Formats: sequence, structure tokens, C-alpha cells
Amino acid sequence: MTAAPAAKATALPALRRDWLPVLLVPIVALVALPLIGNVAGWLTLTVAGLAMGMMIFIMASGLTLVFGLMDVLNFGHGVFISIGAFAVTLVVLPLATMVQADSVLANIAVLLLCAVVAMALTGALGWAFERVIVRPVYGQHLKQILVTMGGMIVAEQLIHVLWGADPISVPPPEAFRGSVLIGEAAIERYRILAVAVGLAVFAAMLLVLNRTKIGLLIRAGVENGEMVEALGYRIRRLFVGVFVAGSALAGLGGVMWAFYRQTLTPGMGMEVMVLIFIVIIVGGLGSVGGCFLGSLLVALVANYTGFLAPKVALGSNILLMVLILMWRPQGLYPVAKR
Amino acid sequence: MLNSLLSGDFPRSRALTAILLAIFVLLALAPFLFPGTQPLNVAAKICYFIVLVASYDLLLGYTGIVSFAHTMFFGIGGYGVGLALYGWGASWGAVLGGLVVALAVSVALSLVVGLVSLRVRTIFFAMITLAVASAFAILASQLSSLTGGEDGRSFSVPELLRPSFRVFEGQVFGVAVTGRIVVYYLVFLVSLALFLTMIRIVNSPFGRVLQAIRENTFRAEAIGYRTVVYRTIANSLGAGMATMAGALMALWLRYIGPDTSLSFAIMIDILLMVVIGGMGTMYGAAIGATIFILAQNYLQSLMGLASKALEGLPLLPKLLHPDRWLLWLGVLFILSVYFFPTGIVGKLRRK
Amino acid sequence: MAEPLLTLAGVNTRIGRYHILHGVDFTVAKGGITMLLGRNGAGKTTTLRTIMGLWRAAEGRIMFEGTDLAMLATPEIARLGIAYVPENMGIFADLTVRENLVLATRERAPDARRLQWIFGLFPALEKFYALAAGALSGGQKQMLSIARAIIEPRKLILVDEPTKGLAPSIIRNMVAAFKELKQTETTILLVEQNFMFAESLGDGVAVMDDGKIRHSGTMQALAADRDLQQRLLGLHLDAHQ
Repeated sequence: MTAAPAAKATALPALRRDWLPVLLVPIVALVALPLIGNVAGWLTLTVAGLAMGMMIFIMASGLTLVFGLMDVLNFGHGVFISIGAFAVTLVVLPLATMVQADSVLANIAVLLLCAVVAMALTGALGWAFERVIVRPVYGQHLKQILVTMGGMIVAEQLIHVLWGADPISVPPPEAFRGSVLIGEAAIERYRILAVAVGLAVFAAMLLVLNRTKIGLLIRAGVENGEMVEALGYRIRRLFVGVFVAGSALAGLGGVMWAFYRQTLTPGMGMEVMVLIFIVIIVGGLGSVGGCFLGSLLVALVANYTGFLAPKVALGSNILLMVLILMWRPQGLYPVAKR
Repeated sequence: MLNSLLSGDFPRSRALTAILLAIFVLLALAPFLFPGTQPLNVAAKICYFIVLVASYDLLLGYTGIVSFAHTMFFGIGGYGVGLALYGWGASWGAVLGGLVVALAVSVALSLVVGLVSLRVRTIFFAMITLAVASAFAILASQLSSLTGGEDGRSFSVPELLRPSFRVFEGQVFGVAVTGRIVVYYLVFLVSLALFLTMIRIVNSPFGRVLQAIRENTFRAEAIGYRTVVYRTIANSLGAGMATMAGALMALWLRYIGPDTSLSFAIMIDILLMVVIGGMGTMYGAAIGATIFILAQNYLQSLMGLASKALEGLPLLPKLLHPDRWLLWLGVLFILSVYFFPTGIVGKLRRK
Repeated sequence: MAEPLLTLAGVNTRIGRYHILHGVDFTVAKGGITMLLGRNGAGKTTTLRTIMGLWRAAEGRIMFEGTDLAMLATPEIARLGIAYVPENMGIFADLTVRENLVLATRERAPDARRLQWIFGLFPALEKFYALAAGALSGGQKQMLSIARAIIEPRKLILVDEPTKGLAPSIIRNMVAAFKELKQTETTILLVEQNFMFAESLGDGVAVMDDGKIRHSGTMQALAADRDLQQRLLGLHLDAHQ
């Protein structure tokens, strides 16, 4: 790659980086501190919020990319979350000894295996879903909403058939149970893991999007798919790839969510969808960075209000959405569309 | 006279007319044709669901609005009348008062939601209504001192409508004419009236503008129609009708709770009914609701028989288990969207 | 006339209910610049988009080196060596100038000498190489769009109204750039409304109206015939600014 020429007559015009939305996260956290009263409680809630936010980010990122790139809104996205969560049973039940073992290495191995199995399963399912259900209705938003919902109904019923309707208990591996004490605050070990995994996924996504040609194609395709085709790229193949990746990410999110809630119910994916929708609207459809910020904000607000005023928890997130839309109608980081 | 009653919107198909006529006659004579609690329950449910689904067709089929908040308005109607009867005693005044309050709340809420979000794209609006409806459902179960929480509220209805009330001594066709029959006919006649009103609305100049907006919003705007206004009015009309369906449900069941009115499962049911029946036809709502509710109540027994018969085989008994009836309807739903988007009504009319 | 590179025969295009191209027949000769002129709404942009496969030709054939483009999808058409510079420039605002150019190269990376040549034609692109393309001015965006089409050798470049909305000084730069391009083996089909620009650059010319070609021939002949200009375009050469 030819390097940018060294000699320049004048400096580059400064690129104004849009940091304002990022400040919202610390602002929300700081506002909550006096309301909660004590630092220990605040710390616990904040970590809980960050952990939940990371998990929601993993689940939502696929959806927002698919929408930004393909203009397809998969109302059945929750299904991939559920299936990813249920896939955990395929690993945890046969490997129960490893789950309960004292070795951190064994525990991490189990988690990794869960992730791999879930992502492979949901990725494959995503491919089938795109081919059979989504492809025939490209460009027709109304029908898309209807068929993806139909797919969701059928899939949830199939989960009932395959796994039964009773809740299944899935405690996380031994090394990640319980809490650590930081000062007076009890921080759950699993939540720290969730934050770490979320950050890793975010970093990986940024790397792919900004440093690889595929990432370049995705970013360009989100802006102007037609022009990408006119440059000679078969964008349809890219679509399928992103859809599969998005479904696999949802599966990974499902795994994390399963161990977080420690119980599997067939409707668990769908329950999270309302929050996910709020997140992608707040973040800006198609923006990964916006999705990350939105997830953190929504999760923090949910946790703080869950403690301070539980009855209005969901309502407060809707209020957050309305306020942000009033400030930036296209979301925090709108993608420049053609 | 039939022309003006149906506002010129005829079924336009012999098969369809026959089916609709059958539904009408069976519903009209239900107390005498099918004595017994369950059949009458099914008949009444069909009546007010026809209103509910038709009001949803007004939004989805005629105006092209995808809203997931419809059950919210249904619930407001049910809770309005139900809580009024619970709190103010079993009087007609309570019924009317509750209804008026419910309608006011629904219309106000739908106006707010409409004006704020009908300016945005279909998908945004769908997601926003989903969020609002979920929040409302949670609120209803949380305010348990008022609403009875998860368990809901049972209440009494005015004396005329109670099962213990005898309109007159003696029987008609072997059936005692009790308050139950009275309330059934109240539900039936009001549902019929509301259904015919909606047919009138969609065939009026206002209704034609809605259809133009559904076809091509940009063009309608260019011609000079303020689409946001029309869509908001349609949204509020649909909400109001759903509210009345909810009120009818409350009077019939003498009970209101989040599961019977606000749950997302009901929203999905409505979607299934309107798509399978046929979007944008009004008659589709009637057919879809009838088929769905009959299936919900009677198909399950059939499936139960089939499932037992296939016991021992690997996957099949589970697939045909009566609880999985929704699976098959979901498959039917997906097939409808692809292969007969105009639903059963459209298929019948094509012949 | 030099050998034909691109031949349209009986091309009809419909968009929704609108029938835009009514049997377009014309030929683009190999080498040099062919101008496609006509007033607003004549169907010039639709013609380019149909060639590029962005809109389906309902009838007719588009022969390019023995292949019928009307049967192909847009990415395939591009891979045959055809580049497209659209009316709205189609640059990716969130990507840097460098990333825009990288996307346009099918090989691993832009060839260094070719890049220097482009910097010579369009110095601003060198200056703002690492800047997000959305921050460029209108004229600079247009240059980037053209640069993307020439970063690698192409057989045919379709350009849609490159001078639209640009200042005369920038247009002069662009004329110089196109004149240099003419030296290469690339054929250019250029849609324009600015007759001065067209006349200074064009070798061949075709005039379109109401979805059909009304005239085609050499630019020399058209420039010399005031009456023909008046009839086709409703203007006189020296009266047009």
C-alpha cells in the first residue's frame, strides 16, 4: 500500500470526531451515584449494568449491521438468541463434571465449547433462515416483518418440541460463580467475565470493520450498496455472510445470557428483543459504535431504575429513547446514507 | 338495502358469500343451536375478535401501518369497563363511565403515539409500538392494587346480563332465556354494528385516501393529502374500535387480566388471523378470526387424538401435541404471506 | 468511424409504471470520448444505468465485446472492465479518500505510479488522502469519483454529468484531466448538459430526447451545424454560456 505522501503544503482539515454521545455513559453513571446513595451499591449496579450492556451489545450488533447493510429487519432475531442459549445444554449436560470442576482452565474450556457450538448452530440456522425466509421478500418491509415474526413463532414452538416447556437450570461453571469483594461492593465474577467478553467482541468487530477489505465493503455497503456493486463486488454474497455472522453473534449473546439468567425458557430470546430494539434505535441503525453505546446506556438505565423505581424500569428506557431521538432523530451515530 | 348496509363492498365470490352467511347465521343463532357453556364462549369470542381483528385490518391492510400496540388498546377497553364495574358496582352507569374513560385514554394515547411516530419509517414505528405496548403490559401487572396485578379482577355485571337473571319463564327451542343469552346478543349485535361501521369507513372517501396512502405515500403527499393526519386518524379509529372490543370482552368474561388482553401472544394471534383471513378486505378478519378461534378450541382435541395414535414414533407425537397447534398455524401464516398474501378471501375471490 | 465498442439495439427500460427508454439504438466507438446530450428527462441517466445493469432493460440488447450486458448483473458488468461515475458521485462519505480508492482496485492495492498520475491530475486527492471523503468539497468529491474509475485501466467509463453544480475553474481542471485521459486506451461515454464542455472534449456525439436517440455522429459535424444544434438542443453554440 503506498503510504500517504510525506510532503503536504497545508495540514489536513481537522476531522471533528463526534465524542459527545460517548460522554452520555459516564454522565448517566454519575447522575445515578447520588441517587443510589452509597458507593458500594452504585459499584455493584454499575458493573451489573455494564455486564448486561455488553451482552445486549453482542446480541444486538448483528441485527443492526444486517439492517444497515441489507435494509432487512429480522423480527425473528430473538430466535437465534434463544437457540444459542438452549445449545448450552448440548455441552453442559454431557460435560457436567468439567462444569463443576475447580480448574479455571476446564471451566473456560467448557464456556468456549458452548460458544463454538452455539455459534455454529445459529450461524447455520441463519444461513437457512436467510435463504428460505428472508430472501424472497427483499425490499418489502411489511412482508419482512410478517415472515420473520412467523419464523419466530414456528421456531419457538420447535424449541418446545425439542427441549420441552419446562425451564432448564444452567448455572455457570464453578470458577465464575459467586462474587469478589471490592471494598464493600460484591461484584459477581460472571459479570466481570461478561464485560471482558463484550469488550473483546467489540474490539474484534472494530478490527474487522476498519482494517480488513471485508470490513471496508460492509461499511461502504451500508452507505451505498448499489455503488459497491458497480465497483464489481457481488454484494449478495456479502449480505449472506453478514446475516450468518449476525445470527452467530446472537447465538453467542444467547450463551452469555443463558449463564447470566441461569435459567432457560423458550421465550427468553423474545423477551430481550424489546430492549434490543430500543438499543438499535438509540444507537442508530447500521452503526456498530452506536449499538455499543446504546447497549451500555440502556443496560445502565435498566439496572439503576430497577433498583430505584422498579415499576418504571422499562418505561424509563422508553423515555431515554424518546429523549435521544429528540436530540438526534436518527440515533446517536447515524450512518450517512446515500 | 343490502347495498347500503354493506356500503357497496360485496363479498364478490359465491364461496365467500356462503361462508360469511354461514358464520353469520351460526353466530346469530348460537345460543339455540349450541347450548352449553363452551360453544357459547367460543361464539362470543369470535364476535368480539372479529371486531378486534377488523380494526387491525383497518391499520395494516388498509393504511399499511404495522403496529404492535393494538392489544394495548384492547386491554384499555377491557380494564376500563372491568375496573369500573369492580370499583363502582355493577350498574349500567359504571359500564358507560368505564367505556367513556377507556375510549378517551385510547384515543389520547393513539394520538400521541401517532403524531410522534407516524412520521418515521414503518420499521421504526413497529419497534416503538412494541416497546410502548410492553411497557404498558408491565405497568398493568405492576399496579396490582388498582388492576389486580397478574391475577386480574373478577367483577359482576348489571343484573340484566347475569346468568341468574331470567328474562321470562319458559324456554325457547329448549333453552332457558337467561341474562347470559342477553349479554350474548348484546355482544353479537354491537360487534355486528361495529363491523358494518368499519366497512362503511373503508369504503368512504376517507377510506379511499387511506388506501392511496398505503399504495404510495409519497404520491398521496404530492397530490396534497397530509398523510400524517390521515394515518393518525386511522390509528385512532383502529384504537377506538379495539377498545370497544375490549369492553365487550370484559362484559362477557366478567373478568379482566393481563393474560386475556395485553399479552404479546394475543398480538401474534391477531396478526395470524388478519393475514390468513386476508389483509385489506375486512371480510378476511371475519374468516380469519373464526378459523383461528375454532382451531384454538377444537383443533387441539383433534391433534391430541392424532398425537396419541402416533405414540411410540420418534418426533411426530411431539409435533402433533395439542400444545403445538400454534406451530402449524405459524407455518400456515408464513405460507400465506408468500403464496396467498390476500389470504383466504383473496383466494376465494380469484375463482 | 473506429470500431464499435458498445452497441445498444432496441433497448427499452421501464421503471415501475413509467416507460423511459423507447428503443434506444446507438453505438459507442472505441477510443476517445462520446458525448450523450439531451435536455432534462430525456433518458440519458437511465441509459447509463441500464448499461450498468442497475436498471433492467425490458427489451433490447447491449453488446459489449461480444457479450450481451442486458443479461448480466451489475458486478459482472463491472468486472468486464466497465466503470461508472454516477450523477451523485457515489463516493462513500464515511470512508477515507484512500479507502475509497482501495475499494475501487481489484488487485491488491493501487499501483504506485498510477496513483501518482492521479495525484498529478487531481492534487486535492493527494492532500486529503487520509481524510473522510464526506469532508471534501463538491468538486473534490467529483474528482474522487473519477479517480476511482481510472485507478486501474478500464475499457469503458460511463460518466454522468460531471460538471453539474461545479465552479468554472474546477470545470477547466476537469477538461484538462479528461484530455489527458483521452491519451489512454480508455473509451469514455459522457452524459452532459453543458454544451461548451461537451464540444471541447467530444469526438463522437449522440443526442437523446424522449427516450430515443435523435441524432448521432461526430462532434465536429454537430459543432459546425448551428441549425442542427438549434433543432436538437434549442441553442446556438456561441449564445450558450
